[in-house]
Amino acid sequence: MLPDRNARPRAVLLLLAALAVGACFAFMTLGAKGNWDFVLKFRGLKLAGLVLVAWAIALSTILFQTVTNNRILTPALMGFDALYILIQTTLVVLLGTAVVAMLDHNSVFALNAVAMALFSGLLFRWLFAGEERSLHLLVLAGIIFGVFFKSLSSLMQRLLDPNEFMVLQDSFFASFNRIDATLLGVSAAIIAVVSAFVIPMLPRLDVLALGRPMAISLGLNYRREVSLVLIAVALLVSASTALVGPVTFFGLLVASLAHALIGNARHAVLIPAAVLLSVIFLVGGQTILERVFGFDTALSVIIEFVGGIAFIILIVRKAIR
Amino acid sequence: MILANEVTKRYGDAVVVDGLSVTIPKGGITSIIGPNGAGKSTLLSMLARLLKMDGGSVTVGGLDVTATASDVIARRLAILRQDNHLSARLTVRDLVTFGRFPYSRGRPTLDDKAHVERALAYLDLGALADRYLDELSGGQRQRAFVAMVLCQDTDYVLLDEPLNNLDMKHAQSMMKTLRRATRDFGKTVVLVLHDINFASWYSDFVVALKDGRLAAAGTVDEVIREDMLRDIYGMEIQVHAVAGQRIALYYE
Repeated sequence: MLPDRNARPRAVLLLLAALAVGACFAFMTLGAKGNWDFVLKFRGLKLAGLVLVAWAIALSTILFQTVTNNRILTPALMGFDALYILIQTTLVVLLGTAVVAMLDHNSVFALNAVAMALFSGLLFRWLFAGEERSLHLLVLAGIIFGVFFKSLSSLMQRLLDPNEFMVLQDSFFASFNRIDATLLGVSAAIIAVVSAFVIPMLPRLDVLALGRPMAISLGLNYRREVSLVLIAVALLVSASTALVGPVTFFGLLVASLAHALIGNARHAVLIPAAVLLSVIFLVGGQTILERVFGFDTALSVIIEFVGGIAFIILIVRKAIR
Repeated sequence: MILANEVTKRYGDAVVVDGLSVTIPKGGITSIIGPNGAGKSTLLSMLARLLKMDGGSVTVGGLDVTATASDVIARRLAILRQDNHLSARLTVRDLVTFGRFPYSRGRPTLDDKAHVERALAYLDLGALADRYLDELSGGQRQRAFVAMVLCQDTDYVLLDEPLNNLDMKHAQSMMKTLRRATRDFGKTVVLVLHDINFASWYSDFVVALKDGRLAAAGTVDEVIREDMLRDIYGMEIQVHAVAGQRIALYYE
């Protein structure tokens, strides 16, 4: 029984790693014509962006599901990326696009990310770090937060000068084609720092997944741990939203698949599995769409479609149980 | 010794536990009894720092539970609540191994593993150790959770209705196991119990609550009495001596 239990996740991880590497290789080489120097550099940047986004979404979703102790909520469903957009809009309204454009891209992003970490830290800590609340209340709260943030942003956007609005609007649609290359460096740094920070937390994440009462009984400083994880999630969502815009259901899809494939709750295995799956879907999907079918914009639509179906299946299965 | 001093819990206007002070002696089994809504589970949760108090203080073996670092308390006191659904899929051994977390911080040593095997054997879970929790019956799962709590190796063990989901046979064996743990290892076990006869048969000390206040506290002979039970439950209850124990009849 024992060797079997450890061998399965290891085999799954190896297979996923092979598939992910294969997808990246195909993305870099398939249908390449002309100057290899140019092709590799051009595609390399895009690949780096996709991998970063895949990494950020997978990690943030698993972390979020662990602290909220359920498998249906994701940061996107709770309105994290809507909050990011609200903060971005607020910045533009307060400072004006001229100032925002004058500021270095990276510092605007940094400002956004810090504000995001602060706000979501406060807001979601209030929801999740206290005594337990029902899942229904949380889903409802998430929907309401999301709608509230979105309407507030759109109200502010309406007050903007049309030119400023155009600039801003560009960043609000998920697109895996138009990765903001200037932000690659900072996003990579943020994601690396957050990941390095998560590694020593892995055993504590396993305990957090047992739920609040048991985590406290086993001696975790629950409030602190949850707050730290939520800040990590906020930073990851900031990075991925800044790169490609808001993506709602993708995280849910890869997290659910990772749980199903690994069949065991150790985060040391679960997180790599989710990240690899995420890379396979994003890079593989983009390769197939771009190189094989020659479509350009549809990946986000397809991924949201499949992820949305996965969400509905999860809800229905929970309802039956 | 667990000392609760003027402990209060309010939800809005409703006072669930109302300035309650009680001393639970060290060693043996203490049962908390009382009608629904008397505040039993709330009190237990506050004793174990799971629930914030609106007033008062609790010390466990001299440590203030709200002021002491949580990981220090975790080596002194363990609590198991009533409903434990996990979103994670775990085997029995995985779950019991979590009981060592306050010592191992997630990296179990050989010593920790020996503790786990002993706890599994103690609750008679050897054959089920590698089964997943969702493949077990309610009673088996309950035993797995209790094994985890015992594996935490604390002086004080708090259990909220551990007999829920258990049939007569398993309820009896659970109570015997707990009594054995108090005798073998000198543990202090505090239980919320609904069945006053289980409380009467196995307890060394009984705490009775009513409307968030202390109604009675003492030995079985002091608390399981007709006049006391009538006040606590608001109904006629006969108490008979059967096989040298005090048994309550409340069926008609």
